[in-house]
Amino acid sequence: MMAERRLSSREESLLEVQVEARLLRVKMVLLGSSGVGKSSLALRFSKDEFKASAPTIGCAYLTQVVCLHNARIRFEIWDTAGEEKYHSVTPLYYRGAHAALVVYDICKRESFARAQLWLKELEKQYFPGETVVGLVGNKADLSDGRKVSLQEGYRLAESKGLLFMETSAKSGQQISELLMTIAERVQKSTREDRGLVEWREVESVGLHQGERPHPLGTCCLVGP
Amino acid sequence: MEEVQQDREQPEVMRCTEPRSHCSPIETDSLEAAATVSLHGSSPEVQDCGTEGPFPCKSDGIKSSSSTNGPSEPELQGPGGEGPSERASNTNEVERASDLSEVERASNLSEVENASKPSEEERLSNLSEEERVSNLSEEEMVSNLSEEERVSIPSEEERVSIPSEEERVSIPSKVETVSNPSDVERASNLSEEERLSNEVSAGEINGQSQPQGSAKEEEDQPENVSDSASTDNTLEDSSEFMVTVLARATLEDQGEGPPSGLSEASTPAQGPAPSNQDEDVTAESWRRHRKHVFVLSEAGKPIYSRYGNEEALSSTMGVMMALVSFVQSGDNAIRSIYSDEHTVVFMQQGPLVLVSVSCSRQSEQQLRGELIYVYNQIVSMLTQASINRIFERKKNYDLRRLLAGSEKILDGLLNLVDSDPSFLLSAVHCLPLASSLRDSLSQILQKAITPNLVFSILIAKNQLLTIVQEKTVIEDARLEPADLHLLLNLIGASSAFQAGEIWTPICLPLFNPDCYFYAYISYLDPPECTVCLLLLSTDKEAFYAVAECKRKIDEGMRTQNALRSIAKAQSYSASQVGVSDLRHFMYKPFDVPDNHRQLTQFTSPEMEAPYSSEEEKTRLLDLYRYMHSRIHSNSRPLKLIYHVAERETLLAWVTSKFELYTCFSPLVTKASAINAITKLLRWIKKEEDHLFIRSPPKYSTTPNPSKSSRGGTTDNGFLTLL
Repeated sequence: MMAERRLSSREESLLEVQVEARLLRVKMVLLGSSGVGKSSLALRFSKDEFKASAPTIGCAYLTQVVCLHNARIRFEIWDTAGEEKYHSVTPLYYRGAHAALVVYDICKRESFARAQLWLKELEKQYFPGETVVGLVGNKADLSDGRKVSLQEGYRLAESKGLLFMETSAKSGQQISELLMTIAERVQKSTREDRGLVEWREVESVGLHQGERPHPLGTCCLVGP
Repeated sequence: MEEVQQDREQPEVMRCTEPRSHCSPIETDSLEAAATVSLHGSSPEVQDCGTEGPFPCKSDGIKSSSSTNGPSEPELQGPGGEGPSERASNTNEVERASDLSEVERASNLSEVENASKPSEEERLSNLSEEERVSNLSEEEMVSNLSEEERVSIPSEEERVSIPSEEERVSIPSKVETVSNPSDVERASNLSEEERLSNEVSAGEINGQSQPQGSAKEEEDQPENVSDSASTDNTLEDSSEFMVTVLARATLEDQGEGPPSGLSEASTPAQGPAPSNQDEDVTAESWRRHRKHVFVLSEAGKPIYSRYGNEEALSSTMGVMMALVSFVQSGDNAIRSIYSDEHTVVFMQQGPLVLVSVSCSRQSEQQLRGELIYVYNQIVSMLTQASINRIFERKKNYDLRRLLAGSEKILDGLLNLVDSDPSFLLSAVHCLPLASSLRDSLSQILQKAITPNLVFSILIAKNQLLTIVQEKTVIEDARLEPADLHLLLNLIGASSAFQAGEIWTPICLPLFNPDCYFYAYISYLDPPECTVCLLLLSTDKEAFYAVAECKRKIDEGMRTQNALRSIAKAQSYSASQVGVSDLRHFMYKPFDVPDNHRQLTQFTSPEMEAPYSSEEEKTRLLDLYRYMHSRIHSNSRPLKLIYHVAERETLLAWVTSKFELYTCFSPLVTKASAINAITKLLRWIKKEEDHLFIRSPPKYSTTPNPSKSSRGGTTDNGFLTLL
């Protein structure tokens, strides 16, 4: 598994993208306030494990390969720190992402409010429809202490045309469904030409690492 | 409990220097000496350079303390109180560069009436003696010492007998050379600093700080704790800036005042906070913690408390800030408060105020060093520039917003500081490893580089394996042990690292407090997670490139089967040295000029029986800390201490080449201890390549590296959102 993850060096994957890739690289970023379970979700996605973890520092990078009927998708998951001190860096992580998951804790009202702010932030960065944005209510296993109803989450997601799901990283509930849905949506959105341009752009960050990339370069191409 | 034992271990001689530890609280005539507020000026040196006549002030200080302590202190050698008696009692310690003028020294000595020890002339002549001794090679020195040993008449009932002055007289005197320039420098810097500080009217301070300061003292005062101030306290007494506070009197007057104030402010602990935060700050157990650390903003807003919710402590922190700003209004700065059991150390760093309230026996200097670590850890997360900018814009900013989630890192740091001697020695502990293996690891790291990569660090079991550095950067500046400690703590404090690869901005405060590095952190041996790779780049976009380096390193490790070899590596045991009676030691070689760019390191065996339990470990570390504080005392630095404690005998020795702390079984004799040290030094010399990183390899990432390390790391866009 590890070997497979490492299999694609930058050059190879660039090649693959150009030749109607079989292994697609999808950058996915997890956003949301601290303590909502982003790292636990990421760990579920990549290793199907659950471990209580200390607050993330900066950003953790994990990968997972998902097989769809006609392609394999290699998710590069950027699990960002929810703490405020890292907010100024998060653009670094979500720039050029194909999928963004905004996570809130169904037992914490304020995390839901915070999620709405994150969604606004993302709207500034992405064209609707180009980046798959998902709203995720986590900790569904603690529904006794629920403070944000299913309807509320659903309504918010619907009003913005987002993917919505309630999950539990602890129990594993809805995790693989979420990942598969994202994979399908990303694949669909990248079939259009625009998508491919965007992909190459992400690659170029890695290829010309020597030069300092334009801080806003990728944003401008991708964003409005 | 533990402290009490230590007090008992205090040899007679030491007791004399710490009369307060013997004053029982009921003896009310020793009130004035109970607590002192020291302002800039913690050492007698001040008096030498002070503009005011030093002698009257000094004798005042002495008088007051002697009048209070004298009657209740039968063991005291003379009515001269702390100042002189300390001198007298220390006559059998080797003194280091001391810039007391000889005249003063002599006059001080003459104050000691019962000084049974050597005459002034002997003393003075010995000064040059020691200088000479330190110029000798290690071996020579040891043999000289044992030579003296034979000549010496061990001082009667005294349990601590450091190779005494009389003994050293036997060595022919030679030219007086300054063997330890850094010490002299330090001393002179210090006096510079002291001179800068303005004198504050003692009466004023006394009036103001009395109720607050002493009240605070009282509130966290556990019962059975011995005097933590020890030598330093004594020094305060003779300092002209010394202010005496009637601590006990206020205790009686104020009674339960401060605690009740606290209980008003205390709020029930909130939510699923970590256990430290849950603590009831009004409880007796809270007050009994060995060491509290508080961080607050200049506006008095609580930022961090080691124990208890900082919100609940806002009134306590308010008092602290009041003390700080009151003294500030007199164009001065408060440095410390001493009471019977507690030492309170204040430190202001930019807009932050850090306070340590400790009943460990550590010196003010050591506590200050720990506060600097706390400050630097905060800087490592936020950078100094952004902290300053935030508070410039908004004086009453609540920094907790930015530090949320980092309490664990600070907690972890403070626990490490308490349990890991690396912090005390400001040196890095590296894992003993065959030099061939270490070299091949370095080569693997050296091969996996990318532009803007500055440091590649390999860590196992929280100890350094190897470190590889970018050439140009290292010409510019070096990685300080303190920065590495912060990085190690960061890695240890977050389990999240074990999940994948981490890419995070991090500032190395001693390297450059205003800029971020980008750290790539990943474990090489999941799922065990013992070998950790840390790559530091100056380019925030370099994640993929740096991650690629990790793949190469992974591959290199696999082909050489290095992980298995690393897993086998482990620390050694003191018994391997082959010296009976030697229980433990810490050896820190000093940088020798030709490779002064090297990282300061130290080596130390595992703590084994009888130091296997946590309490015993702490006890040994406390003894080391005590030895360290004596060696590094600002006012009376020592070169050699032979300390007979209750359950062990310690010997600390500092030369221009190394600093060594050893712990022997209690039955060791002075001669055999010195013999053992000779053997130990030989063993270390033999094992050097195994114990230390001899020459950290360097590399050049590009033929044309990004222009500068220090300046190049500036990242302006990064914090604009703050």
